Amino acid sequence: MVDPVVASRLQFALTTIVHIVFPVVSMGLAPFLVYFTWKDIRTGTPVYEQLRRFWTRIFAVSFVVGTVTGIVLEFEFGTNFAAFATTAGPLFGGPLAVEGMMAFMLEATFLGVFVFGRERVGDALYMVSAVAVGLGTWLSAIWILIANSWMQTPRGYELVVENGQRVVHLVDPVAAYLNPRFFWMFVHMQNASVEAVSLAMAGVAAYFVFRHHVWDRPVEHVDFWETTLKIALVGLLITAPLQVIHGDMYARHVYETQPQKFAAMEAVWETDSYVPEYLIAFPTGLQDIVDPRAKDIFGFGIPGGASWLASGGDPQATIRGLEEFEGPQPPVAVVFWSFRIMVALGFWFVTLAFWSGYRWFRGELFEDDLLHKALMGSAPLGVLAIELGWVVTEVGRQPWIIQGEMKTAQGVSPGITGAEATATLLGFAVVYLGLLTLYGYVVTRIVRAGPPTGADLVSVTDAETSSPGVGADD
Amino acid sequence: MTSVETLSNGPLFGLPLPDLWFGLLFFIFGTFLFLDGFDFGVGALFATRDDGGEREQLLAAIGPFWDGNEVWLVVFGGALFAAFPAVYANLFSRHYLLMFAILGALILRGLAPEMYEQRHDEAWTRWWGRAFVAGSLVTPFCLGMFTANWLVGATTLVTLPGVLVGLTVVALTVVDGVAFLRLKTRGDLRADLQSDGYRALASYLVLVVLTLAGLYALAPGLRATMRSPLVLGLVGLTLVLAAGYALATRRDRYYAAFAATAGLVFSLVAVVARLLYPSIDPAAGLTVDAAIVPTLSLNLMSIGAALLLPLVFVYFVVLYSAFSGPVEAGESY
Repeated sequence: MVDPVVASRLQFALTTIVHIVFPVVSMGLAPFLVYFTWKDIRTGTPVYEQLRRFWTRIFAVSFVVGTVTGIVLEFEFGTNFAAFATTAGPLFGGPLAVEGMMAFMLEATFLGVFVFGRERVGDALYMVSAVAVGLGTWLSAIWILIANSWMQTPRGYELVVENGQRVVHLVDPVAAYLNPRFFWMFVHMQNASVEAVSLAMAGVAAYFVFRHHVWDRPVEHVDFWETTLKIALVGLLITAPLQVIHGDMYARHVYETQPQKFAAMEAVWETDSYVPEYLIAFPTGLQDIVDPRAKDIFGFGIPGGASWLASGGDPQATIRGLEEFEGPQPPVAVVFWSFRIMVALGFWFVTLAFWSGYRWFRGELFEDDLLHKALMGSAPLGVLAIELGWVVTEVGRQPWIIQGEMKTAQGVSPGITGAEATATLLGFAVVYLGLLTLYGYVVTRIVRAGPPTGADLVSVTDAETSSPGVGADD
Repeated sequence: MTSVETLSNGPLFGLPLPDLWFGLLFFIFGTFLFLDGFDFGVGALFATRDDGGEREQLLAAIGPFWDGNEVWLVVFGGALFAAFPAVYANLFSRHYLLMFAILGALILRGLAPEMYEQRHDEAWTRWWGRAFVAGSLVTPFCLGMFTANWLVGATTLVTLPGVLVGLTVVALTVVDGVAFLRLKTRGDLRADLQSDGYRALASYLVLVVLTLAGLYALAPGLRATMRSPLVLGLVGLTLVLAAGYALATRRDRYYAAFAATAGLVFSLVAVVARLLYPSIDPAAGLTVDAAIVPTLSLNLMSIGAALLLPLVFVYFVVLYSAFSGPVEAGESY
């Protein structure tokens, strides 16, 4: 039997970690789908119809799994974090309600038209539905990130005690909802989603291109995969450098607004100047090796690097150490390593982008087998980097659920028992493992089956015959 | 900041916003139950069809709609959180296991059709077909249990009113599913569904009577309200609408039967709302006026809902008109 507080925290972590994969896929694919639909309608070229239909299938499956896992999160604030919901509700509930009405509704209704309606609606409405679906996914992110960023940098409220319970009263909606963190979070997350999807598309396409050109095992429609690879690389070339640039600014913003989290990211215990940016670090005593809060650590890295990062260019700058903040401290090692691996991945993606760009420029894109292997291996890493970034954000905020105001342990529902919480935690562990397996299985099948072909394509049959579409627009 | 001050001082235009939000909440719940109700009903009817082609038609009928329909439940959760945060927190944590049963069943229902279409071998389609049926039955049943437990202020998982209302809601979703499928299918399937409609309607009426009798006997606090003209009127309306449904089904007036179903669903939800009011969470002793969110948040949410819900209505009109009429040959899930 796990303590209800621990079980609720683990369950929320598990359900968000699994859920976030699917919005990332939908938000990242959205701009590509809008582009494919536009090109398909404007040019009538079969390859764009193939691109649109193939990636729409992946989008649709991701959307279904994203819906069913997302509803869980919306109800979990009530089931497992009732005390938080009661306290923060007057400020925090609004964005979730507006997300449903403004974004999710737009997305879910037009998705029906977008996935099932090509034969039933005209080009204009079809294009509108593609844009509406994409816009819906991004609007969704705005409202969810407004809610989350407020937990990081709470503004525009006052705490009032009502019937012995602390309740947040909204005082200044602009300050609360456009809190300082929101902008950075939104930019960093949306760009990361497009980057992660670019990497995944490039990785899958690289496999087929590699098989065809390097292995000499011919692939049907290799032109489809070549086009996919090129479009994905354009996405990567745009997003990868930007991600590093605003990531740097975001880190400085974290230092200014959440110094405790920044200290955990850098494993700085004592306030100091000229703090190095450790590349690796580990406890000096063997007995501390499994203690994420070990204080005696040995590490090596770039001298003055962390000071440079926090101050925006001054290697001598002082960084406030974790000792300055009243305990308990976040599990420093988790935050430290997640941050490091995320940043390393970010730089690796830039390398990959420039490497591919160089090969493409030289006209050798389809010949470099090492590059293809690197792309294939990196296909899931964009999503991994996002997960790690969220670990930094959420674990780094601990012990707070609302930074500086409410501890996470105080936010858990007072009424639930350890048995109930353990039962649902185990249930989710089993169900979500199954869900991820099925999702992987279905996506693999779609990829194996490849793009729709030949007579099945509207853009081909339209050109050859002028048979009336079945049931179209009547 | 004058505008923020105005918005903090009192309800917008002096409107009775707490009551309006109480009403809106049940309107959202009713819309969910009507729209996703037919998806659940189609899931239940799926069990009665063996033919692969017919099963395919059932899935194709709900394919473009179910996801949008389910979002009404998301909006219900969000609106409850935004307007009555203490109720959202108390209610959902009190009915902890029931909430996760609903969520688990919704996962199964959402996933199953997608999986069903992936492979065509017998074992695969049989098991995902069963999962679809199970998810489509368990979700409305648990939702009904949840609603009844909410209404009578129960703190235990299984109660007699809970089971009765659960079964009532399941029957209602089948009534709804038949009405929807009669619009979306043709030929033999459409004709066969007629008798399913009569049976589901009869079960619904019997269960409504049992539920009302059970509530009257078991929840003395509700008796006075149950005898109020509004509730009696709604029960009478249910009987009239049921007769209308039966007649429309007999004469193959598909849209009339579907409209009657909407009436049945909203009548039932209105009865629940009326029985609950002015309380909103009897088990926690919370009334609508006590649980409502502070004024500034309330006014902002009201502006948001007033601007957004008409847009949502437009989205649904676009979606349902794009896919009006029966499923065409070649259309699949």
